Amino acid sequence: MIMGKDKWTPWLYVLPALFLLTIFLILPTFQTLWLSFHSGFGFNPTKFVGLENYIRLLTHDPFFLNLDRWPPSGAVVNNVLWLVLFTAGTVSLGLVIAVLADRVRYEAGIKAVIFVPMVISATAASVIFRFVYSPDSTVGVINALLIGLFPRLEPVPWLGRTSLVNYAVIGAGVWIWTGLAMTVLSAAYKSLDREVLEAAAVDGANAWQTFWQITLPMLSQPITVVAITMVINALKMLDLILVMTAGGPRNASRTIAFSMYWEVFNNTVAGYGSAIAVVLLLLVTPIIVFQIRRFRAEEGLR
Amino acid sequence: MNVQTAAPRAPTESSADLVRWLARLVGRGAIHATLIGLGLIWLVPSLGLFITSLRSPADVATSGWWTAFSQARFTLGNYADVLAARGFSQNFVNSFIITVPSTLLPILIAALAGYAFAWLKFWGRDVLFLVVIALLVIPLQTTWVPVLRMFNDPVGYFRLDWIPLLAQLDVKLTGSFVGIWLAHTAYGLPFAIFVLRNFFIGLPKELFDSAKIDGASDFGIFWRIALPLSVPALASLVIFQFMWVWNDLMNALIFLQDATKQPLTVSIQALLSTYGSEWHLLAAGAFVTMSVPLLVFFGLQQYFVRGITAGAVKG
Repeated sequence: MIMGKDKWTPWLYVLPALFLLTIFLILPTFQTLWLSFHSGFGFNPTKFVGLENYIRLLTHDPFFLNLDRWPPSGAVVNNVLWLVLFTAGTVSLGLVIAVLADRVRYEAGIKAVIFVPMVISATAASVIFRFVYSPDSTVGVINALLIGLFPRLEPVPWLGRTSLVNYAVIGAGVWIWTGLAMTVLSAAYKSLDREVLEAAAVDGANAWQTFWQITLPMLSQPITVVAITMVINALKMLDLILVMTAGGPRNASRTIAFSMYWEVFNNTVAGYGSAIAVVLLLLVTPIIVFQIRRFRAEEGLR
Repeated sequence: MNVQTAAPRAPTESSADLVRWLARLVGRGAIHATLIGLGLIWLVPSLGLFITSLRSPADVATSGWWTAFSQARFTLGNYADVLAARGFSQNFVNSFIITVPSTLLPILIAALAGYAFAWLKFWGRDVLFLVVIALLVIPLQTTWVPVLRMFNDPVGYFRLDWIPLLAQLDVKLTGSFVGIWLAHTAYGLPFAIFVLRNFFIGLPKELFDSAKIDGASDFGIFWRIALPLSVPALASLVIFQFMWVWNDLMNALIFLQDATKQPLTVSIQALLSTYGSEWHLLAAGAFVTMSVPLLVFFGLQQYFVRGITAGAVKG
């Protein structure tokens, strides 16, 4: 064993990690940037085309971004839908459950039920929701329920209609990820100063006012942390879509991350797919900057 | 326990009290209704598929799972069928072969690095740690094509083909367990390093100082003091990484293009495309994949919650 006086020994501790991070994450990221300026079939696009991939992506690929018709459509628009609805859904439901479950005796039980989807794979969740959304009313429980209530209704193909598919898949996403929001927000809620909440009750504020005027502002920091996590998840959303819809019907449920996978591994245009990966990277860059700033601020407090 | 948990007692005094009591009762009712309603929405999808997995193919084909309560006849036949289906048991074994090294390797490597980031001084340390934080967020999409190219031809990728022996060997990592172990290890590192560094830095400085005075080496401190103290953090990391690798579909699809080596997630996806409407098989198959994470979750629930609330969330 070596004493720590030597200025090189600490590097031995980080060397295996640095080696793997460089080979698998850092170098490939730069290489993807390089590939995005090239075209050709297969995994070795060699023809330099400058910004052509990007221009085609943003102006001539209706599956990626279609602004010619109203309402606009394509993977980018779907991803905006994901960012808004998925983030809002998981955070608000997670918060509601965290706060309400704190007041009942079956708290542990209800939290376990909400959390379980977090531990199963997106593949299994996709099977579950293809089952739930099935247009066959002897299979899909939603259609069975609708037809039971309104016998004259036609079964709704939730995953088979372009106008519904995104909402249906986002619903499955919210089902999976709400447990995470709930767990983080519940821990934060329980660590709040009870005296402040009780003082508000003594002052005559009802539960509703206490929640909006005191609890919510006090939870703003954990809510931000959870919301950022969900934004990252929404931007990377891929396996759920691949297994549930494969981007369909008629490419209506593509996201940016899905498009990248599909262009590279299904259409085998790696240069074009790399351009999509770079777009994704650009979209997460503000989050990277934010996370680094947040980390530095926290370290400054130590 | 909260003050509001106790059910309000019926008042006997004035009518104003009665109104307030009724309002609270309605409030309590609304809380229970919301929670139980949400609980049902969360439970019914998995419950329905679970019941389906226990019904005979003929029953599944003719009626919904919700009718199974009136004619209770259940069978384990679907599980036997799906496990006997071509390759499915092998996929089950593969999931373990892939997951175990892919869980232990990154945490071992991250523990070393996290310790150095927390307690050793070296040039560039703080900048390097900011790089780790950035890598937490970077989408794996930006790495897949180059990594696959490297796996297809590692010797050519690193320009090592001038070495005669290597040029003849024709090494290939695509479709090998070693390849996917390395990929999962690398992809799991940023999160593991981040969590462990933050854990190590929270240990009291006096512990390290007094060990140093007693003549312990840096590695001795790491191995005999820091590691044993971090067992709870290591345990929750192990669980997270295990789940992440076990549930992974994309990396297996991309890097293991060999049907005999694919894990369960890939075989479920394949089942879905070949037997898209054979719900008795799909249901049983899905529950076979889910069984392992569910057992881990219910067995080790407290580590889960601790791991999540420890702050960072996997990118």
